Amino acid sequence: MTTIPMPQTQPLPAEWRDLLALTKPRVMSLVVFTGLCGMIAAPGAINPVLGFTAVLCIALGAGAAGALNQWYEADIDALMKRTANRPLPAGRMTRQTALHFGVGLAIFSVVLMGLATNYVAAFWLAVSILFYVFVYTVWLKRRTAQNIVIGGAAGAFPPLIGWAAATGDVTALPALLFAIIFLWTPPHFWALSLFVRTDYAAAGVPMLPVVSGNKVTRLQILLYTLPMVAAAIAPWALDMAGYIYGASALVLNAIFLWLAIAVARNDASEPAGMRPEKRLFKYSIVYLFVLFGALVADRLVLA
Amino acid sequence: MTPEQEIELRRRQKSRSRVTALLLGLFVVLMFGISMAKMLINQ
Repeated sequence: MTTIPMPQTQPLPAEWRDLLALTKPRVMSLVVFTGLCGMIAAPGAINPVLGFTAVLCIALGAGAAGALNQWYEADIDALMKRTANRPLPAGRMTRQTALHFGVGLAIFSVVLMGLATNYVAAFWLAVSILFYVFVYTVWLKRRTAQNIVIGGAAGAFPPLIGWAAATGDVTALPALLFAIIFLWTPPHFWALSLFVRTDYAAAGVPMLPVVSGNKVTRLQILLYTLPMVAAAIAPWALDMAGYIYGASALVLNAIFLWLAIAVARNDASEPAGMRPEKRLFKYSIVYLFVLFGALVADRLVLA
Repeated sequence: MTPEQEIELRRRQKSRSRVTALLLGLFVVLMFGISMAKMLINQ
């Protein structure tokens, strides 16, 4: 593990804004949205206050996982341009503060979820936090190029947790929603890692482009897109969702596949020539928002 | 600690105290809401 000189003493307490930044609020928006969609897509209606609390707990749990991730990765964050200004590598906060904040927030979110909704949702929330921190951050990220393939599961839990909060169990549809995000993660992150490859290489993170090169990564993006498309269309094909979702899924996945093919055909080695990768990365975010939004619209309109 | 650091320390403490008070207030409101919702469901 690379070590960097961290401030030995930090006499000033951290600013609340830095504590907020520790929770990665921008990442949280997608987590909250997919969790909310999972909850709305579930059969029956959850009390609005309890539903709000469940989404809040998902957000707090994601924030806790983000804080613990930053606590563990302060050394490599300092080596990457994209992350060097985070509170820990910039020396605006002690590692102990980040650790206490992350652990406290994680426990609080799980306990509140259990008390407000049910223990199934609290269990899956705890699993998602532990998975992100121990399996992805501590175990996989620095060891294997498959880090985000397996680690992607951590970000796939929110719709499942939202569903469990509303119903108290987990059935085939939330498992499919989990699979969609799980299979979406590799194309999404590998597209990003292609054009920020030098950052990851400098930090010694074995992302696929760093370990296996751009050509293999581009092929893998296309290969992972295929099961993702199948998983995204499955809820409609298996009659778990209506035509609004089905039509949206067909269009969205056709565009995704087209962009993934464009990436596979690109052979640029410099970020300046990686327009298809940048386009796929941006589109993949819109894709997930619109796909889950379509599922909710489907439920609300056709219910 | 220099006078400038002392001023900065007080400013940060004050700002954190305000945020903590706000969050505690919201937590109380949330717990009240959860209790009411649970009572309604159990009726």
